[in-house]
Amino acid sequence: MRMKKLLIVATCFLFIGIVVGPALAADTYKVGAVFSVTGRASFLGDPEKKTALMVADEINKAGGINGKKLELIIYDDEGDATKSTLAVKKLINQDKVCAILGPSLSGLSIAVVPIAQQSEIPLVSAAASYKIVTDEKTGKQYKWVFKVPQSDSMAAEAIYSHMKKEGITKIAIITGTTGFGKSGRSELLRLAPQYGITILADESYGPRDTDMTAQLTKIKGVAPQAIVNWSIGPTQVTVLRNYRDLGMTNIVFYQSHGFGSKKNIELAAGAAEGVYTPLGACATPDALPANHPQKKVAVEYNKNYTGKYNEPVSTFGGHAWDALNLVVDALKAVGCDRAKIRDYLENKKGFAGQHGVFNFSANDHNGLVWQDAFNMIVVKNGDWAMAD
Amino acid sequence: MEEFSFANQLFQYLITGLTVGSVYAMVAIGFNIIYNVTEIINLAQGEFVMLGGLIMVFLHAVAGLPLILAFPITVILVTLVGMLLDRLAIRPIRQPSVLTLIIATIAASIIIKGTAMFIWGKDPFDLPAFSGRTPINFLGAVIQPQYFWVIGFLIVTVILLTLFFEKTIIGKAMSACADNPDAASLMGINVKWMILLSFSLSAAIGAVAGITVTPISLMEYDRGAMLAIKGFGAVVLGGLGSFPGAILGGLILGTIESFGAGLISSGYKDAFALIVLLAVLFFRPSGLLGSVEISKIKRF
Repeated sequence: MRMKKLLIVATCFLFIGIVVGPALAADTYKVGAVFSVTGRASFLGDPEKKTALMVADEINKAGGINGKKLELIIYDDEGDATKSTLAVKKLINQDKVCAILGPSLSGLSIAVVPIAQQSEIPLVSAAASYKIVTDEKTGKQYKWVFKVPQSDSMAAEAIYSHMKKEGITKIAIITGTTGFGKSGRSELLRLAPQYGITILADESYGPRDTDMTAQLTKIKGVAPQAIVNWSIGPTQVTVLRNYRDLGMTNIVFYQSHGFGSKKNIELAAGAAEGVYTPLGACATPDALPANHPQKKVAVEYNKNYTGKYNEPVSTFGGHAWDALNLVVDALKAVGCDRAKIRDYLENKKGFAGQHGVFNFSANDHNGLVWQDAFNMIVVKNGDWAMAD
Repeated sequence: MEEFSFANQLFQYLITGLTVGSVYAMVAIGFNIIYNVTEIINLAQGEFVMLGGLIMVFLHAVAGLPLILAFPITVILVTLVGMLLDRLAIRPIRQPSVLTLIIATIAASIIIKGTAMFIWGKDPFDLPAFSGRTPINFLGAVIQPQYFWVIGFLIVTVILLTLFFEKTIIGKAMSACADNPDAASLMGINVKWMILLSFSLSAAIGAVAGITVTPISLMEYDRGAMLAIKGFGAVVLGGLGSFPGAILGGLILGTIESFGAGLISSGYKDAFALIVLLAVLFFRPSGLLGSVEISKIKRF
């Protein structure tokens, strides 16, 4: 008996779901997102989720997209590849979203690429690796996958171009042993010959190390013209402090784009003065000149985000801003048609986002070149300033 | 750039290694105090270091208490956490086996870490150096004044602990518990109090390590685990339960890391330390200064 009752109830729910579901969906645009909100990569997913919610809120308050509400469905993958895959499948099969944002991590994004390809749904990743959008076997772009963050090679190119202009040819690199640091290291090593740069020392350090004096002592011994420090987290600041304490400030210091938080300048306790770092526009809204194409969006995003969450903008949140606004832009133009959204994104030109002016094409699903994606920033009087 | 000879570099590696090693040694001493009395490896030892650093940042840099006041208050607060760890996580366990207790300390370390993340967030914090940041040039090496504080506090800790264990009744009672808890309790020693005391002492030493290292390396909520691993390495290298061994182990580990990173390759810095550790264990399973006889009667 009980079993039968349960069955009836279950059937009822199923029917309600079928009848009501589409009725509700008719006046909303559903967009899915998978971010690593908690867990090891929460420093990425947390600001991404907050940013996406804020942007969706703003859009709905302003009347939605063509009169329809934007419904954002966000799942937390906790930095776990299995959960991320399941979440993407759920968004496709159960929630039936128009497009998907995320995942936050490169590894997880690469893992869900086949699903997006097979299900023919546009996916805009918030992770950096070029492998997310490029099929390494054929060298072509995956049809349904896009990404908004700059590739690490762009940051390396921005740094090397600046060195070339300054006449620097002999450098030392010191990188973190995290995924971010390792990827940076391989890009720095790969691109150095193209810019006529010799790497005299190639040092590294762990993400929890206490003191990097030993590595810097070795670098001091080979006397390079400049040092590139490439990692995320607090240890990159420790490197800077050790560098100052060792009296090496006559050597030009470059930080990677992982340095883009004012907190790092503070923590460096004066050692960051004069340090160069390539950063996306959203990290340094005040330093941008008035005629900068991204000035308006960067200033607005910073103002709204700090106002709403009472914490400084993280560059990672900017990736969610770019991804969601691109999708919203597509929805506005073509509605919830997955194939049309894909075509629209692939042909989108001149989209001024937080991390660059995007010009997508069939051969470039990232839409960025380093000149647009990064501004060379120098730390001046404890604040960001344009280097040129 | 002034002349920076190879000899100067070697001296710089040595100084850096000794400083980092001193921190490992302090963590190692904390491990040993608890181990000697209870045979527990307290895997929350690194969290004491983290708490020491973060509470000090709060009291000194945020609340504005002077150094001389903030220092003892921090140590007292972390000591209280150590006592709570014993009262809430260790003592309530019925029919404890050593392994259960060790697992309890893992749980405690996760809880402490999580709580610290809620209180202080995920950002790292800085502490002003005790006596300024103007580096001292000595034999061509650059020495931060804070290095002297770290090494100095290790020396002070060692002297105080030696006096405590050798000259005071309580200290001797603790050593007695370490020797044979059953016989000690027959002699009228309250073993439970001694265990509480051992947790307090380790917490206090952990706090001192955290306070002195924060101006060099910054401190954030998840720094504890790595320090615990390094400290544990130092303990095993020197011999479980041996105080001179802990100090020697810590200093050797720090120096190997520093020289390895400087002279060979910084990517394999941690590997050098582990290779030396394994080699020592291969030839002397009880560690450099550990005693085989004692390790035989221990349960863990």
